[in-house]
Amino acid sequence: MNTLALAVSPTGTVLLVLCGAAAGLLAGAVLARRRVAVGGVGDSVEKATFRTLHTASLAAPPLRAGLTPDTARKAVRRLRPLLGSSALLLTDTDRVLAWGGSGEHHTDEVMQHARDVLGSGRAGVFTVDCAQEDCPVRAGVVVPLSVDQDLRGTLAAFGPEKSDALARATEEVARWVSVQLELAELDRARTSLIEAELRALRAQISPHFIYNSLAAIASFVRTDPERARGLLLEFAEFTRYSFRRHGDFTTLAEELRSIEQYLELERARFGTRLEVTLQIAPEVLPVALPFLCLQPLVENAVKHGLEGSARGSHIALTAEDEGSFARVVIEDNGIGMDPDRLRRILHGDGGPSSGIGLCNVDDRLRQVYGDEHGLVIETGVGAGMKVTVRIPKYRSGVHPAPR
Amino acid sequence: MNQAYGVVAVTSVVVASGLIGALGLRISRTTSDFYVASRSVPPRLNAAAISGEYLSAASFLGIAGLVLSQGVDMLWVPVGYTAGYLVLLALVAAPLRRSGAYTLPDFAEARLESTVVRRITSILVVVVGWLYLVPQLQGAGLTLGLVTGAPGWTGALIVAIVVALSVAAGGMRSITFVQAFQYWLKLTALLVPALFLLLAWQGDPSARTALDEPPAFRDHTRVRVDDTVRVRVHEQLRVTVDGTVDGRAHQASVLLLQPGVHRVDTGTTLHFPVRARVAGRSEDTTAPARGSRGSDASPREDKGHSLYATYGLILATFLGTMGLPHVVVRFYTSPDGRAARRTTVVVLGLVGAFYLLPPLYGVLGRIYTPELLLTGNTDAVVLLLPERLIGGVAGDLLGALVAAGACAAFLSTASGLTMAVAGVLSQDVLPSPRTGYFRLASLIAVAVPLAVYTLVPGIPVAKAVGLAFAVSASSFCPLLVLGIWWRGLTAAGASAGLLTGGGAALTAVALTMTESVGTGWPRTLSAWPAVWSVPLAFLTMILVSLADRRGAPLHTDAIMARLHLPEPPANHSPAARGRRLTTDEDPTAGSPAP
Repeated sequence: MNTLALAVSPTGTVLLVLCGAAAGLLAGAVLARRRVAVGGVGDSVEKATFRTLHTASLAAPPLRAGLTPDTARKAVRRLRPLLGSSALLLTDTDRVLAWGGSGEHHTDEVMQHARDVLGSGRAGVFTVDCAQEDCPVRAGVVVPLSVDQDLRGTLAAFGPEKSDALARATEEVARWVSVQLELAELDRARTSLIEAELRALRAQISPHFIYNSLAAIASFVRTDPERARGLLLEFAEFTRYSFRRHGDFTTLAEELRSIEQYLELERARFGTRLEVTLQIAPEVLPVALPFLCLQPLVENAVKHGLEGSARGSHIALTAEDEGSFARVVIEDNGIGMDPDRLRRILHGDGGPSSGIGLCNVDDRLRQVYGDEHGLVIETGVGAGMKVTVRIPKYRSGVHPAPR
Repeated sequence: MNQAYGVVAVTSVVVASGLIGALGLRISRTTSDFYVASRSVPPRLNAAAISGEYLSAASFLGIAGLVLSQGVDMLWVPVGYTAGYLVLLALVAAPLRRSGAYTLPDFAEARLESTVVRRITSILVVVVGWLYLVPQLQGAGLTLGLVTGAPGWTGALIVAIVVALSVAAGGMRSITFVQAFQYWLKLTALLVPALFLLLAWQGDPSARTALDEPPAFRDHTRVRVDDTVRVRVHEQLRVTVDGTVDGRAHQASVLLLQPGVHRVDTGTTLHFPVRARVAGRSEDTTAPARGSRGSDASPREDKGHSLYATYGLILATFLGTMGLPHVVVRFYTSPDGRAARRTTVVVLGLVGAFYLLPPLYGVLGRIYTPELLLTGNTDAVVLLLPERLIGGVAGDLLGALVAAGACAAFLSTASGLTMAVAGVLSQDVLPSPRTGYFRLASLIAVAVPLAVYTLVPGIPVAKAVGLAFAVSASSFCPLLVLGIWWRGLTAAGASAGLLTGGGAALTAVALTMTESVGTGWPRTLSAWPAVWSVPLAFLTMILVSLADRRGAPLHTDAIMARLHLPEPPANHSPAARGRRLTTDEDPTAGSPAP
């Protein structure tokens, strides 16, 4: 009994290991190809419909990335079985991008036809002379691909003889490809729009702040030149950071430095009326976040804290480690705000006077991290304001720009 | 062990950790000075925190137990645990930090731009975390059982509850300070008693020579067997038996045991005479007894496989460290790649210093607590030695100190692991990330290993940790090393490698834990899978990536540049701050725009 177990188990282990390896390789192959088995029930018409739609849906993703040799190759591989032609090819305006099937030695000749088609803007049927007896590329159709009346390339299908069916089918497929290319164009336009929007949303430094800071510095030039020099340097550093063009993201540590410079300049104006308490968990200092997304919140807190109050203002800035998130809280003891008014401001219709900073920061945070990471604001009239931001420690695409 | 002292020691560790965790930040970091507030964690502190989180029950209790039961071959264990950081330092630390990733799934996504790889990595992180949590709970059960006399599972349950609550409540706000404190506590808890033990050993005339001889009982010793064992008797042995030996019941009768293997049933008490050579547990697998699980696959028992097992151990620990989820997240705290590297160097020093101590306990245990070889409870040697060797109030106090250290060991590692596993669970595995899910996730993160612990008891602590290392080495190591150093890695290749390597190692682990492989090579192969599963994973990743050349991530160049280009030097010293302005290039004035 035991001897038997001994004899069997080595083989068993080897088998198990092999099975594991095979499973892994198989999974890799599936992931690499993402091939979906075509099957199912139904009569032949249903099957044919399903197969056609399925093929089209497989060919769509590569085309949605635009017309390049790589995407053309993938699309042709899917589309050729659909048409059943001996050769199917995609060209752009001056070369063949992908050739599926046989007869590739006709590339130059076909490209010549494609140029004619692109010149006229209308599909054409051509015959091809070939010395090779068994060459299946004898005649075919070349159809232009257009995006908004703009010709981008051609789709061509060739077979052993002229065929109306092939010509019509090719025209339909070409129309479908054109639609995909148009969608690709739309995708690109949308992406660049979002980017432009983000850039426009980057916080702007307020002209009032520049004026007030320079005036405050000027008042120190005679009485305390050393302080004036220091403030001027802070001002230079602050503007350099705020005006920088490259990179949409920074680190919490960098953002804190900018806040420090900002508060230093505000203190020059308001003196000891402005009090700040900081509690920053060192673990979250390297967290990447959108450039200038905390400084406007502090600016807001300063404004609210000092507005209509002679007793001075206190601002608390806290950053905590929350596992895979960092929680930043900015709290002031100022006049607060009516929650309804705040809601209007965050919706972007609070009037021109105030709250641009809050709304802007909220929009950018939502753009980058999604809606669940917008600002959380707790406030009431005369009750101060508490703004909470929850930032993920990692989000793909968010990397602080080098200093 | 004096229960009162032990309970006080363990409680004070829990309370101290809780206090530092909740208040440390408030006290040390509340300021109105930005310079103080924005000081990043210095490499020394971060290194102590990493070491504190890393030195687990396996290190604190397990290594001494292995050295006691299997001798000097097991010195490779502490060497491997330390040397893992050398590989981490050379190949991974700085690029991993520069990638900006917080967890391993983050790294997979950042490098390969694929959510599929991210998902696979997440699942493997959870599995490795659970495998590593089981021995921590085991260590907890052992320690608290010895301190309070309660059965093992109560200790494990108490620790599981404490850890789950503290993680779910988001306690441990200043986790870095807590973990650094735990490191120094662990070092002290082994170092101070070790000094006293060495003095006592020096003052014991008969013990000098005992090291060279096989372990023998120094006094009349009474051993109670709690779990049926088979013992191998090397020379004729006269014992007084109260219970069942070789299937025959005895009542306080003297028995002459002949050389060979004998079966001792549960509940039997054996009285050994002075100088009797210790009967060790036998691994006679022709008729496996339930209690024989344990020091199996030991190189000493299977001479032929010992070299293989050693290589298995070396590979798993050298390459597995870089993939431990709770270690990886700590590198995020370093401000940049350079600091991450410096931190790793300090970790090497701190961990290396610590690992000099446990083998000492193992060696002394051979002389002073040989009965553990019979009961198989060798992991307890560190906890028992102070009382045995020094005795009195001093022994009790030192014993309490050791118990406090052990408590710190499983608490810190368990909470770090639970934190990491819960984070990944709530973000990648549970549907739609929401705040409330984190609490649920931290409960699941602890509940599963607790269940495994109650179902599969009895694997030596250090060995169970070795299995977690093996899985990590055969999945995350190829992902990190190839991801960082080979631009050809593709998402498909990485997925295939992770599934093959991780799957194969996991299969081996499952076979080992359920004892479903027989003897000889198959058993050894599945007990030390790293030797074949690591190359298998590397090979799969490389071959599938080569076959899938077109699948390379779109931004490979940019990502590789980010991983490998050093950051510009930081300029945060107070003297430089604000007092000097560097000229800023004007992008419109001809210099290349950034």
